[in-house]
Amino acid sequence: MKAFTYERATTPAEAASAAAHANGTKFIAGGTNLLDLMKLQIETPTHLIDINDLGLDRIEPITGGGLRIGALVRNTDLAANEHVRRDYAVLSRALLAGASGQLRNQATTAGNLLQRTRCPYFYDTNQPCNKREPGSGCGALGGYSRHHAIVGVSDACIATHPSDMAVAMRILDATVETVQPNGLTRTIPIVELHRLPGNTPHIEHTLVPGELITAVTLPKPVGGTQIYRKVRDRASYAFALVSVAAIIQRDGTGRVALGGVAHKPWRVEAAERKMPRGAKAVTKELLSSARTTHDNAFKVQLVERTLASVLNEALNETKV
Amino acid sequence: MKFDTPATSNPIDQLKVVGQPVSRIDGPLKTTGTAPYAYDRYDVVPNQAYGYVLGSAIAKGRIVSMNLAAAKASPGVITIVTAENAGKLAKGNLNTALLLGGPEIQHYHQAVAVVVAETFEQARAAAHLIHVNYARAKGLFDLTSEKPKGTPKDVFGAAGETSVGNFDKAFSAAPVRLDKTYSTAHESHSMLEPHATVAAWDGDQLTLWTSNQMIDWGVSDMALTLSIPKEKIRLISSYIGGGFGAKLFLRTDALMAALAARAARRPVKVALQRALVPNNTVHRSATIQRIKIGAARDGQITAIGHESWSGNLPGGGAEAGAVQTRALYAGANRMTSNRVATLDLPEANAMRAPNEAPGLAALEIAIDEMAEKLGMDPIEFRIKNDTQVVPDSPPKPASNDPQSEKPQDQEKHNPHPPFSIRQLTQCFQVGAERFGWNKRNTKPGLVRDGRWLVGMGVASAFRDNIVAKSAARVKLDKRGHVTVETDMTDIGTGSYTIIAQTAAEMMGVPLEKVTVRLGDSSFPVSAGSGGQWGGNSSTSGVYAACVKLREAVAQEAKTQLAKTQQADFNINDAIFADGQIRSGSHSISLGELAGSKGLVAEDTIEFGDLDKRYHQSTFGAHFVEVGVDAATGETRVRRMLAVCAAGRILNPKTARSQVIGAMTMGVGAALMESLEVDKRFGYFVNHDLAGYEVPVHADIPHQEVIFLDETDPISSPMKAKGVGELGICGAAAAVANAIYNATGVRVRDYPITLDKLIAKMPTRV
Amino acid sequence: MAEFNPSRRKFIQSTAVTSGAVIVGRLVPEADAKSVLQPSQLTKEPANVNVLLRVNGSEHQLMVDPRTTLLDALRERLHLTGTKKGCDQGQCGACTVIVDGRRIASCLTLAVMQEGHDIITIEGLGTPTNLHPMQAAFIKHDGYQCGFCTPGQICSAVAMLDEVKTGIPSHVTADLIQPPEMTTIEFRERMSGNICRCGAYSNIQEAIAEVAGGRT
Repeated sequence: MKAFTYERATTPAEAASAAAHANGTKFIAGGTNLLDLMKLQIETPTHLIDINDLGLDRIEPITGGGLRIGALVRNTDLAANEHVRRDYAVLSRALLAGASGQLRNQATTAGNLLQRTRCPYFYDTNQPCNKREPGSGCGALGGYSRHHAIVGVSDACIATHPSDMAVAMRILDATVETVQPNGLTRTIPIVELHRLPGNTPHIEHTLVPGELITAVTLPKPVGGTQIYRKVRDRASYAFALVSVAAIIQRDGTGRVALGGVAHKPWRVEAAERKMPRGAKAVTKELLSSARTTHDNAFKVQLVERTLASVLNEALNETKV
Repeated sequence: MKFDTPATSNPIDQLKVVGQPVSRIDGPLKTTGTAPYAYDRYDVVPNQAYGYVLGSAIAKGRIVSMNLAAAKASPGVITIVTAENAGKLAKGNLNTALLLGGPEIQHYHQAVAVVVAETFEQARAAAHLIHVNYARAKGLFDLTSEKPKGTPKDVFGAAGETSVGNFDKAFSAAPVRLDKTYSTAHESHSMLEPHATVAAWDGDQLTLWTSNQMIDWGVSDMALTLSIPKEKIRLISSYIGGGFGAKLFLRTDALMAALAARAARRPVKVALQRALVPNNTVHRSATIQRIKIGAARDGQITAIGHESWSGNLPGGGAEAGAVQTRALYAGANRMTSNRVATLDLPEANAMRAPNEAPGLAALEIAIDEMAEKLGMDPIEFRIKNDTQVVPDSPPKPASNDPQSEKPQDQEKHNPHPPFSIRQLTQCFQVGAERFGWNKRNTKPGLVRDGRWLVGMGVASAFRDNIVAKSAARVKLDKRGHVTVETDMTDIGTGSYTIIAQTAAEMMGVPLEKVTVRLGDSSFPVSAGSGGQWGGNSSTSGVYAACVKLREAVAQEAKTQLAKTQQADFNINDAIFADGQIRSGSHSISLGELAGSKGLVAEDTIEFGDLDKRYHQSTFGAHFVEVGVDAATGETRVRRMLAVCAAGRILNPKTARSQVIGAMTMGVGAALMESLEVDKRFGYFVNHDLAGYEVPVHADIPHQEVIFLDETDPISSPMKAKGVGELGICGAAAAVANAIYNATGVRVRDYPITLDKLIAKMPTRV
Repeated sequence: MAEFNPSRRKFIQSTAVTSGAVIVGRLVPEADAKSVLQPSQLTKEPANVNVLLRVNGSEHQLMVDPRTTLLDALRERLHLTGTKKGCDQGQCGACTVIVDGRRIASCLTLAVMQEGHDIITIEGLGTPTNLHPMQAAFIKHDGYQCGFCTPGQICSAVAMLDEVKTGIPSHVTADLIQPPEMTTIEFRERMSGNICRCGAYSNIQEAIAEVAGGRT
């Protein structure tokens, strides 16, 4: 870990402004991903701004429907929130499927969105990785890639986004609120927050330097049967091989998003129109651009099978 | 004490303390965080600096240059040790690769430098500033492609390849035949405590507080490596945070700490960072195994052949998957072959139940497949082919030392020795009843519970009982308190507790009056912890020392009584009980006899040739029920039972823990554990605990263990046998067979992950 | 770039070919005087910072390198070595401590971030002569083997039961609207962030179930 200076900010605007003033600045909140990467010198900030005192830790209903989630709300608290449990069950389920009890107590909403890939080539500074060291090549392509992305990939990167929470937020059409170093605030639809790797896999999101996420808002509840199914080798405390978030209405229409298959939460609205026709049709559309490796080709079939199971579960719940 | 005739009745048979399920005597320390592990030893020597190990970035090749300037100039840095300035180093006897690489690099993450600084943070930061310029060389990294070049390798001194009768002829003549190939993955020990050492020099005297299963091996190889006399080294491992074989030998942490402390002229502590553990240390090699079984239609095996290939660095040993096949089932015509191919991956070495764990993982699927071909219940098939003598027993080394490689005198060798005791059949019978085996649907893929396809599987557990020379010192003080000292280690096995139980039983004192001191090279040399030989052998050493102490106590009693004209005290019929020695009408407290000077006895148990005249093994039967998600192919274990026959169980509570722990590791091997090789760069890619998945709480159901009532007087005066590794042997296969029973999909390539299942499972969910 | 000394390199090469040969060296420790640096040579780095840590009810004023994790501050500065470093990456749970009533991985937070918080470590739960009920239950049910993950398991278990009591759901909670139940299925899922390589899980669950009082 490289040496850094440390300060605690007290307001979001102050934090964003301070971040813009010093090069190599990072915000730290939960620290569960950043500190891990700093120890390996994959992240090398020279200045850390501790934002835990910003008071962004509330979950408030929005007048007229919807929920505003402070950026610093811990994953445990978000999952346990009564509004979320009742109206956005897919979000609770996704959060609870992620990490461990300890890490969910530490990790924050904004940090979870901005966590970096768990690709083992990204994590090993001896290996090539275009995300860590642009131009060095992609170690996973031609290497070990069982966990890697199958859609939205490029020749430069086949890493996945590891978040479960983000997949649920994507299906819920969440919006990200930020404050920029110049003090201006803006809102970003979650679909626009994360980028596909393309030729610049090191640029993972659309925030400007120093821009700070202050909240995530959820629109009015959409009802339906909400399911988050995470498929993994061990029963808990593992990243998804694939995950399926689904909201299914009584008439068989609904939404679906995938985790573990792409550089961002993967949702194809056109595919959702096929929902009444079943998993095969939806998967075909969702993964129409799939480009797999020898190691991860199974994910295509796994998505279809998992989705079929999820649709079946929803059907059974509707019957009850 | 020489143990060369079967044990007769002795004080251990009282079973007042031994055989009782007492709680671990180290429990209050371990549960309160006060048991000191190596890296906790801030208290043993002042002024400790921090060492941080840099691992090689390439798997094979050379260091062309190293630029240390920036690292040396980094704040807090005291010194940096590399091969260039480390002084002359030899290789230890027991490690294959050098523990400090450079300029030649033998494997990925081989240590190339240790940075010493005032703080951990400074050492870690400075290590990242070392610039190493490597010249990469081509290496061999793929077992499948190197397998044809594999050569036979001896196993514990016995021949790597054996043959009995005419296998080929019998196999081709057999009416029912199986010929399948299986594979097991590279596996990581992944004990929770990374290798760690505090090293301090006092003049030419080196002390190491470290984490090592085999104290004397550690001292010997450190002496050899540094070219200093053994007497100049003291090695202390009071508590060891798991080893499973990864800490059998001198490893990088200890050597680098010693070198760093020498260069820094002050004590240095080193712990390997987790990401170094899989590639820097040791792992269990993957295996490829071809098994051929021929049988008569009635299920009698007529031919059984098992060939196993594994990989290792040049000079390294084999993961000999075929060894147990020499002894487990009957069959007149047989062959086994254990071959090793050169791989430039990190050093492969012993991991919990080396050979048998992967060997049975394959063999016991084959047996399941064969039973199905024969239309027999897999338990019935195993019982039908039970044998009370070893069908294929090649000559073994004369010495008890597993490292010995000299075969014993051929003339005395019995190729078919009897087992000392073998209750494999009983294990299956008891287990079948307990588990409800008769409820298993013999046709696979038909039992459904909601989303889950449910199946049951069985497998044999089988692991040889190794006995090894072991010494102990026992002291008695004026309070009647007994202190045992031996360099035996407790790696979670319960050594502290069973040794205390042994001494308490022998001396007739309550457990609270026994103190056990372990893991210090200043104590008598024990068997150490490995190969499930430690518990039985080390308690036998304590038994021997206690016999001597009893003699000394009795002699003292006789002497004291003689002073008061009570000369009828009979040493030979003396009874030790309630903190006293009694004979006839006389009784004297042990404390009184010890007096202010105390009494001390030391002895060594040495084993004769009983382990050659009789084959000593431990047996068991695993029963597993799994659910496999019909859609996703995820396997979750629902029930597990192991029935074990392993001689006298010295402590049913800690022995049970050994078995469930091994069963858990077996579940890991079956379902998830695999070090994945990057065949271009030659290293294990998933080198942390997120990438290398081991079972978590949610993977493991309630586990049941039954020990058959058994004593084995052939094994030792304790009449016990090893049990620490039996539980992993066959466990993975029982899971695999249950998966087959649940799904109808036979996977022969471990771990059985969902991608290998869903391709063959019906799509309709 | 400091090249390897050519003669030395050649020497190492030759030993590499005859690997296993014993090289007789000096008996006394050999230190390269030039490689031991004097404090004056140290280059500058950001100053240490003051932090007040409240651990097990006691306050400790420390000057720490900002890079110091809570785990390392506890172990290396306060000598509370019961909290273990198993991976230093949040992947094993051995470093679990309880902060403001919540269990966290102490390896993934900085000491300077924990000022003003109440930190409980394994040493604060009980002592060998005055065990916490969870510690006593671990001993009774043999919920440990090597003991290295044990402090983390126990801290985690204590805080985990509070999480269930306060109604925090888990991955296996069937109905998100109802309060979670005190069942072994819940405990297994919730304890999954604490790896025990010795495989004492089945016994740990017995211990937790006993303390929870709701055997299932």
